Amino acid sequence: MQPEALLQKEFAIQGGDFVNAGESSCMIRNTLREIGVDSDIVRRMAIAAYEAEMNVVMYALHGTMQISVYRDEILLTIADKGPGIQDIEMAMQPGFSTATEEMREMGFGAGMGLPNIKKNADVFNITSRVGNGTKLEIRIFLDGKKTRK
Amino acid sequence: MTLSQIRILLDAEFICEHGMQNSDIKYAKASDLMSDVLAFSEPFSDRNTILITGLTNKQVIRTCEIAGVGAIIFVRGKNPSTETIELAHQCKITLLTTKLKMFETCGILYTNGITGVAPGTHGNPSDAT
Repeated sequence: MQPEALLQKEFAIQGGDFVNAGESSCMIRNTLREIGVDSDIVRRMAIAAYEAEMNVVMYALHGTMQISVYRDEILLTIADKGPGIQDIEMAMQPGFSTATEEMREMGFGAGMGLPNIKKNADVFNITSRVGNGTKLEIRIFLDGKKTRK
Repeated sequence: MTLSQIRILLDAEFICEHGMQNSDIKYAKASDLMSDVLAFSEPFSDRNTILITGLTNKQVIRTCEIAGVGAIIFVRGKNPSTETIELAHQCKITLLTTKLKMFETCGILYTNGITGVAPGTHGNPSDAT
Protein backbone atom coordinates (compact mmCIF):
# COMPACT_ATOMS: atom_id res chain seq x y z
CA MET A 1 0.00 0.00 0.00
CA GLN A 2 1.32 3.42 -1.01
CA PRO A 3 2.16 5.65 2.00
CA GLU A 4 0.49 9.03 2.36
CA ALA A 5 1.91 11.69 0.05
CA LEU A 6 3.92 14.53 1.60
CA LEU A 7 2.54 16.81 -1.08
CA GLN A 8 -0.15 16.30 -3.70
CA LYS A 9 -1.53 18.59 -6.38
CA GLU A 10 -3.95 18.02 -9.23
CA PHE A 11 -4.37 20.01 -12.42
CA ALA A 12 -7.11 19.94 -15.04
CA ILE A 13 -6.05 19.90 -18.69
CA GLN A 14 -8.37 20.93 -21.50
CA GLY A 15 -7.97 19.27 -24.87
CA GLY A 16 -7.24 21.73 -27.68
CA ASP A 17 -6.27 24.55 -25.30
CA PHE A 18 -2.97 25.50 -26.91
CA VAL A 19 -3.00 28.93 -25.25
CA ASN A 20 -2.55 27.56 -21.72
CA ALA A 21 -0.78 24.35 -22.67
CA GLY A 22 2.27 23.80 -20.50
CA GLU A 23 1.10 25.98 -17.63
CA SER A 24 0.41 23.04 -15.31
CA SER A 25 3.83 21.51 -16.02
CA CYS A 26 5.53 24.81 -15.22
CA MET A 27 3.61 24.94 -11.93
CA ILE A 28 4.76 21.40 -11.15
CA ARG A 29 8.34 22.41 -11.95
CA ASN A 30 8.13 25.46 -9.71
CA THR A 31 6.53 23.50 -6.87
CA LEU A 32 9.25 20.83 -6.96
CA ARG A 33 11.94 23.52 -7.01
CA GLU A 34 10.36 25.34 -4.08
CA ILE A 35 10.35 22.25 -1.87
CA GLY A 36 14.03 21.66 -2.64
CA VAL A 37 13.95 18.63 -4.96
CA ASP A 38 17.28 17.99 -6.73
CA SER A 39 17.49 20.12 -9.90
CA ASP A 40 18.13 17.16 -12.22
CA ILE A 41 15.05 15.37 -10.90
CA VAL A 42 13.01 18.57 -11.27
CA ARG A 43 14.15 18.85 -14.88
CA ARG A 44 13.32 15.22 -15.68
CA MET A 45 9.88 15.39 -14.09
CA ALA A 46 9.11 18.76 -15.71
CA ILE A 47 9.98 17.42 -19.17
CA ALA A 48 7.90 14.27 -18.65
CA ALA A 49 4.98 16.35 -17.35
CA TYR A 50 5.18 18.81 -20.23
CA GLU A 51 5.29 16.13 -22.92
CA ALA A 52 2.36 14.34 -21.26
CA GLU A 53 0.38 17.57 -20.87
CA MET A 54 0.95 18.43 -24.54
CA ASN A 55 -0.27 14.98 -25.54
CA VAL A 56 -3.54 15.57 -23.68
CA VAL A 57 -3.92 19.03 -25.24
CA MET A 58 -3.17 17.70 -28.71
CA TYR A 59 -5.12 14.45 -28.75
CA ALA A 60 -7.64 14.18 -25.90
CA LEU A 61 -10.87 15.87 -24.89
CA HIS A 62 -9.72 16.60 -21.36
CA GLY A 63 -7.59 15.12 -18.64
CA THR A 64 -6.08 15.47 -15.20
CA MET A 65 -2.48 15.54 -14.08
CA GLN A 66 -1.64 14.70 -10.48
CA ILE A 67 1.73 15.05 -8.83
CA SER A 68 2.40 13.22 -5.56
CA VAL A 69 5.62 13.61 -3.64
CA TYR A 70 6.56 10.77 -1.30
CA ARG A 71 9.57 10.40 0.95
CA ASP A 72 11.49 8.38 -1.62
CA GLU A 73 9.80 9.06 -4.97
CA ILE A 74 7.69 11.41 -7.03
CA LEU A 75 4.70 10.02 -8.87
CA LEU A 76 3.05 11.81 -11.77
CA THR A 77 -0.24 10.44 -13.05
CA ILE A 78 -1.91 11.72 -16.21
CA ALA A 79 -5.30 10.35 -17.18
CA ASP A 80 -7.34 11.56 -20.12
CA LYS A 81 -10.65 11.03 -21.82
CA GLY A 82 -10.06 10.73 -25.51
CA PRO A 83 -9.51 8.45 -28.46
CA GLY A 84 -6.91 6.28 -26.70
CA ILE A 85 -3.93 4.70 -28.44
CA GLN A 86 -4.48 1.81 -30.82
CA ASP A 87 -0.95 0.46 -30.84
CA ILE A 88 1.09 1.47 -27.80
CA GLU A 89 4.21 -0.31 -29.02
CA MET A 90 4.06 1.69 -32.23
CA ALA A 91 3.38 4.95 -30.34
CA MET A 92 6.52 4.37 -28.27
CA GLN A 93 8.70 4.27 -31.40
CA PRO A 94 10.67 7.52 -31.80
CA GLY A 95 9.34 9.38 -34.84
CA PHE A 96 5.91 7.74 -34.93
CA SER A 97 3.20 10.38 -34.83
CA THR A 98 -0.41 10.98 -35.76
CA ALA A 99 -0.13 14.74 -35.27
CA THR A 100 -1.98 17.24 -37.42
CA GLU A 101 -0.33 20.03 -39.37
CA GLU A 102 -1.42 22.54 -36.70
CA MET A 103 0.39 20.59 -33.99
CA ARG A 104 3.52 20.34 -36.10
CA GLU A 105 3.47 24.07 -36.78
CA MET A 106 3.64 24.60 -33.02
CA GLY A 107 6.80 22.49 -32.86
CA PHE A 108 5.15 19.32 -31.56
CA GLY A 109 4.02 16.06 -33.06
CA ALA A 110 7.47 14.86 -34.11
CA GLY A 111 6.89 11.49 -32.47
CA MET A 112 9.25 12.11 -29.57
CA GLY A 113 6.74 12.72 -26.76
CA LEU A 114 6.28 9.25 -25.29
CA PRO A 115 9.96 8.25 -25.85
CA ASN A 116 11.00 11.47 -24.08
CA ILE A 117 8.73 10.65 -21.15
CA LYS A 118 10.08 7.11 -20.88
CA LYS A 119 13.68 8.36 -21.07
CA ASN A 120 13.19 10.72 -18.14
CA ALA A 121 11.24 8.31 -15.92
CA ASP A 122 12.63 5.65 -13.60
CA VAL A 123 9.38 3.73 -14.01
CA PHE A 124 6.94 4.38 -16.82
CA ASN A 125 3.56 2.70 -17.25
CA ILE A 126 1.07 3.38 -19.99
CA THR A 127 -2.38 1.89 -20.39
CA SER A 128 -4.94 2.86 -22.98
CA ARG A 129 -8.41 1.89 -24.12
CA VAL A 130 -9.40 2.85 -27.64
CA GLY A 131 -12.41 5.15 -27.58
CA ASN A 132 -12.00 5.79 -23.86
CA GLY A 133 -8.66 7.29 -22.89
CA THR A 134 -5.06 6.89 -21.83
CA LYS A 135 -3.34 6.79 -18.46
CA LEU A 136 0.33 7.36 -17.78
CA GLU A 137 2.22 6.72 -14.56
CA ILE A 138 5.67 8.27 -14.25
CA ARG A 139 7.84 7.61 -11.23
CA ILE A 140 11.19 9.17 -10.42
CA PHE A 141 13.05 7.94 -7.35
CA LEU A 142 14.48 10.55 -5.04
CA ASP A 143 17.39 8.42 -3.89
CA GLY A 144 18.84 8.12 -7.37
CA LYS A 145 18.21 4.41 -7.77
CA LYS A 146 16.86 3.31 -11.12
CA THR A 147 15.06 0.22 -9.86
CA ARG A 148 13.31 -0.97 -6.74
CA LYS A 149 13.43 -4.41 -5.21
CA MET B 1 30.29 34.99 -24.85
CA THR B 2 27.75 37.48 -23.57
CA LEU B 3 24.33 38.05 -25.09
CA SER B 4 25.40 41.59 -25.97
CA GLN B 5 28.31 40.18 -27.99
CA ILE B 6 25.95 37.70 -29.64
CA ARG B 7 23.62 40.56 -30.53
CA ILE B 8 26.44 42.40 -32.30
CA LEU B 9 27.68 39.27 -34.13
CA LEU B 10 24.19 38.50 -35.47
CA ASP B 11 23.17 42.14 -36.03
CA ALA B 12 20.24 41.22 -33.80
CA GLU B 13 17.87 43.22 -31.63
CA PHE B 14 16.78 42.58 -28.08
CA ILE B 15 13.01 42.14 -27.77
CA CYS B 16 13.29 41.79 -24.00
CA GLU B 17 16.50 41.69 -21.98
CA HIS B 18 15.77 40.88 -18.32
CA GLY B 19 19.21 42.19 -17.38
CA MET B 20 20.87 39.26 -19.11
CA GLN B 21 22.90 41.29 -21.63
CA ASN B 22 26.12 40.33 -19.85
CA SER B 23 25.18 36.74 -19.06
CA ASP B 24 27.75 34.21 -20.24
CA ILE B 25 26.37 31.91 -22.96
CA LYS B 26 28.20 28.66 -23.71
CA TYR B 27 25.80 26.37 -25.56
CA ALA B 28 23.20 26.61 -28.26
CA LYS B 29 20.46 24.40 -29.61
CA ALA B 30 18.89 25.11 -32.99
CA SER B 31 15.52 23.52 -33.66
CA ASP B 32 11.92 24.05 -34.62
CA LEU B 33 10.99 20.81 -32.89
CA MET B 34 10.20 21.43 -29.25
CA SER B 35 10.49 17.75 -28.28
CA ASP B 36 14.06 17.84 -29.61
CA VAL B 37 14.79 20.82 -27.38
CA LEU B 38 13.45 18.86 -24.43
CA ALA B 39 15.28 15.67 -25.40
CA PHE B 40 18.59 17.50 -25.58
CA SER B 41 18.09 19.58 -22.45
CA GLU B 42 20.49 17.75 -20.17
CA PRO B 43 23.17 20.41 -19.66
CA PHE B 44 20.75 23.29 -20.02
CA SER B 45 19.82 23.74 -16.40
CA ASP B 46 21.95 26.77 -15.57
CA ARG B 47 20.50 29.04 -18.24
CA ASN B 48 23.81 29.39 -20.11
CA THR B 49 22.18 28.03 -23.24
CA ILE B 50 20.32 29.75 -26.05
CA LEU B 51 17.71 28.33 -28.38
CA ILE B 52 17.84 29.33 -32.05
CA THR B 53 14.46 28.84 -33.68
CA GLY B 54 12.07 30.06 -36.33
CA LEU B 55 9.01 29.38 -34.18
CA THR B 56 7.52 32.28 -32.24
CA ASN B 57 4.51 30.80 -30.43
CA LYS B 58 4.00 30.58 -26.67
CA GLN B 59 5.03 26.93 -26.57
CA VAL B 60 8.58 27.95 -27.44
CA ILE B 61 8.71 29.98 -24.22
CA ARG B 62 7.14 27.15 -22.20
CA THR B 63 9.60 24.67 -23.66
CA CYS B 64 12.55 26.90 -22.73
CA GLU B 65 11.22 27.36 -19.21
CA ILE B 66 10.85 23.60 -18.77
CA ALA B 67 14.29 22.92 -20.30
CA GLY B 68 15.99 25.75 -18.40
CA VAL B 69 17.02 27.67 -21.53
CA GLY B 70 17.79 31.30 -20.70
CA ALA B 71 17.46 33.05 -24.05
CA ILE B 72 15.92 32.62 -27.49
CA ILE B 73 17.11 33.95 -30.84
CA PHE B 74 14.36 34.15 -33.46
CA VAL B 75 15.79 33.85 -36.96
CA ARG B 76 14.68 35.16 -40.38
CA GLY B 77 13.53 38.46 -38.83
CA LYS B 78 10.64 36.86 -37.00
CA ASN B 79 8.97 38.72 -34.18
CA PRO B 80 6.81 37.01 -31.56
CA SER B 81 3.30 38.09 -30.64
CA THR B 82 2.52 40.29 -27.65
CA GLU B 83 1.29 37.20 -25.78
CA THR B 84 4.56 35.38 -26.40
CA ILE B 85 6.60 38.38 -25.21
CA GLU B 86 4.41 38.70 -22.12
CA LEU B 87 5.01 35.04 -21.25
CA ALA B 88 8.76 35.53 -21.78
CA HIS B 89 8.59 38.42 -19.30
CA GLN B 90 6.87 36.18 -16.75
CA CYS B 91 9.45 33.42 -17.25
CA LYS B 92 12.37 35.89 -17.39
CA ILE B 93 13.56 34.52 -20.72
CA THR B 94 15.53 36.92 -22.91
CA LEU B 95 14.42 37.29 -26.53
CA LEU B 96 16.39 38.46 -29.55
CA THR B 97 15.56 38.59 -33.24
CA THR B 98 17.94 38.52 -36.19
CA LYS B 99 17.34 38.78 -39.92
CA LEU B 100 19.87 36.00 -40.51
CA LYS B 101 18.70 32.49 -41.41
CA MET B 102 19.08 29.62 -38.95
CA PHE B 103 22.04 28.09 -40.79
CA GLU B 104 23.94 31.39 -40.88
CA THR B 105 23.13 32.12 -37.24
CA CYS B 106 24.44 28.72 -36.17
CA GLY B 107 27.58 29.09 -38.28
CA ILE B 108 28.48 32.48 -36.85
CA LEU B 109 27.94 31.40 -33.25
CA TYR B 110 29.80 28.10 -33.73
CA THR B 111 32.85 29.78 -35.25
CA ASN B 112 32.85 32.17 -32.31
CA GLY B 113 33.03 29.45 -29.69
CA ILE B 114 29.42 28.55 -28.90
CA THR B 115 28.95 24.78 -29.01
CA GLY B 116 26.04 22.41 -29.28
CA VAL B 117 25.70 19.62 -26.78
CA ALA B 118 24.50 16.05 -27.13
CA PRO B 119 22.64 14.38 -24.26
CA GLY B 120 24.85 13.08 -21.52
CA THR B 121 28.01 14.77 -22.74
CA HIS B 122 27.78 17.81 -20.47
CA GLY B 123 29.42 20.18 -22.84
CA ASN B 124 31.92 18.05 -24.71
CA PRO B 125 32.30 19.96 -28.00
CA SER B 126 33.29 16.80 -29.88
CA ASP B 127 29.75 15.57 -29.41
CA ALA B 128 28.15 18.77 -30.59
CA THR B 129 24.72 18.49 -32.20
